[in-house]
Amino acid sequence: MLTLRLYLAQRISAMLMVPFVIVHLIAMIYAIQGGLSAAEILGRTQGSAFWFAFYGLFVVAAAVHGAIGLRVIAAEWLRLARGLDLLMWAAGALFLGLGARAVLAVTL
Amino acid sequence: MRLAQRSQPLWLAHVLHRLSGLGLALFLPLHFYVLGMAMSQPERLDGFLHWSEAPMVKLAEFGLVFLLAVHLFGGLRLLVLEFLPWPAPHKTLAAGAVAGAALVSGLFLLNAV
Amino acid sequence: MPASGPTLSVAVHRGTSDGSTLRVDHFTVPAHDSQTVLDVVTWIQQNADATLTYRFACRVGMCGSCAMTVNGVARWTCRTHVSKVIRDGRLEIGPLRNLPVIKDLAVDMDPFFDKWAAAGGSHAPTATRYDPVVDIDPQAPERVAANAGIECINCSVCYASCDTVAGNPAYLGPAALNRAWTLVNDLKHADTKGVLDVVSGSGGCHNCHSIGSCTALCPNELDPLSSIAGLKRATTRRAFRGR
Repeated sequence: MLTLRLYLAQRISAMLMVPFVIVHLIAMIYAIQGGLSAAEILGRTQGSAFWFAFYGLFVVAAAVHGAIGLRVIAAEWLRLARGLDLLMWAAGALFLGLGARAVLAVTL
Repeated sequence: MRLAQRSQPLWLAHVLHRLSGLGLALFLPLHFYVLGMAMSQPERLDGFLHWSEAPMVKLAEFGLVFLLAVHLFGGLRLLVLEFLPWPAPHKTLAAGAVAGAALVSGLFLLNAV
Repeated sequence: MPASGPTLSVAVHRGTSDGSTLRVDHFTVPAHDSQTVLDVVTWIQQNADATLTYRFACRVGMCGSCAMTVNGVARWTCRTHVSKVIRDGRLEIGPLRNLPVIKDLAVDMDPFFDKWAAAGGSHAPTATRYDPVVDIDPQAPERVAANAGIECINCSVCYASCDTVAGNPAYLGPAALNRAWTLVNDLKHADTKGVLDVVSGSGGCHNCHSIGSCTALCPNELDPLSSIAGLKRATTRRAFRGR
């Protein structure tokens, strides 16, 4: 149910996300000090080309990775055979759509 | 018959990786949705962030950070295992992954409270 | 049955895959030193219930036909001492997992061997009998890698223990993929490309989750987990180089 192509997409997106996740974890631990506010988050990210590129790529990689992961779980735990492709693409589109909206909202 | 091999550490590492991945995949749309409020309705985002100060929510956030950290370290373990042909002390890697995740999420919790 | 001396309490899973006659039978079996699980099954068949069906041939760990599930773990029963696997004086013996049961402890190995063949498991020669014999350096890295995986006896212990096979019946499984890895490294194999093609398909090596029950339980101490990782690297490298 996973072919070489899907495997490569899964592993490459994983490798891309290693630095993203580490930076994101550090940023979160830093950001929550003294509480969170919309102004604080926006002050850090708004108009920043760096954070736009960072979270933009992060969202793309996470959408690919999450969609393929859900495909595997649906096949092995739910025993879905047909509809795997549909599930994968729908999940990917949902992640990508909502993620793109979020990135635009906090960086534009 | 109970399958005894399912108590071996690498099976547990696999299940932990899968469950953390599933948890993150379910959380992600919600996370994106809330952040998406920042542009259109910043006051609603602030209301949500204020709500996120509650202790139960804090605990849930700690859980999410743990999921992310556990998936990160578990994934690094797999990448090492697959792409670096080391004669691997797999169990040490698996234990290290969980320890690393506990450390990172513990740090998060300490900062949050 | 002589009532004197120590005994074992043995539960045996009976029946066929269609499930209509599934049951567990209990037997009390005389215990001996150096007794193997196969000895126990044979005693039951010869002294307690002649209708018990099981499979064995060589009794010395070479033929790979006597594997069963013993106290929840797939084992080669002829080389598994009761003293090593017994828990609280009890032994629970069932057929291998992940394969259809013919009857009682005998499973249908066809899917296992079909996948062995499907993973490109047959040899394609690079030379005919009329060509001179090609020297193979036993120290060549490819040969060393192939040697590490060739002692497979096709007992299906790894296949029965694989949770990826359990979740994904199309997956080729550890034994077939380990065989494919030895062929990829066989300098006299003509169709390496064909092997890499089939292990890249939808039931191929990329479905493996590296749980490692295969390597942990292989009675011949082979390492299918690492062989499959080798296939993942070889197919990845080839994908980036272009075919």
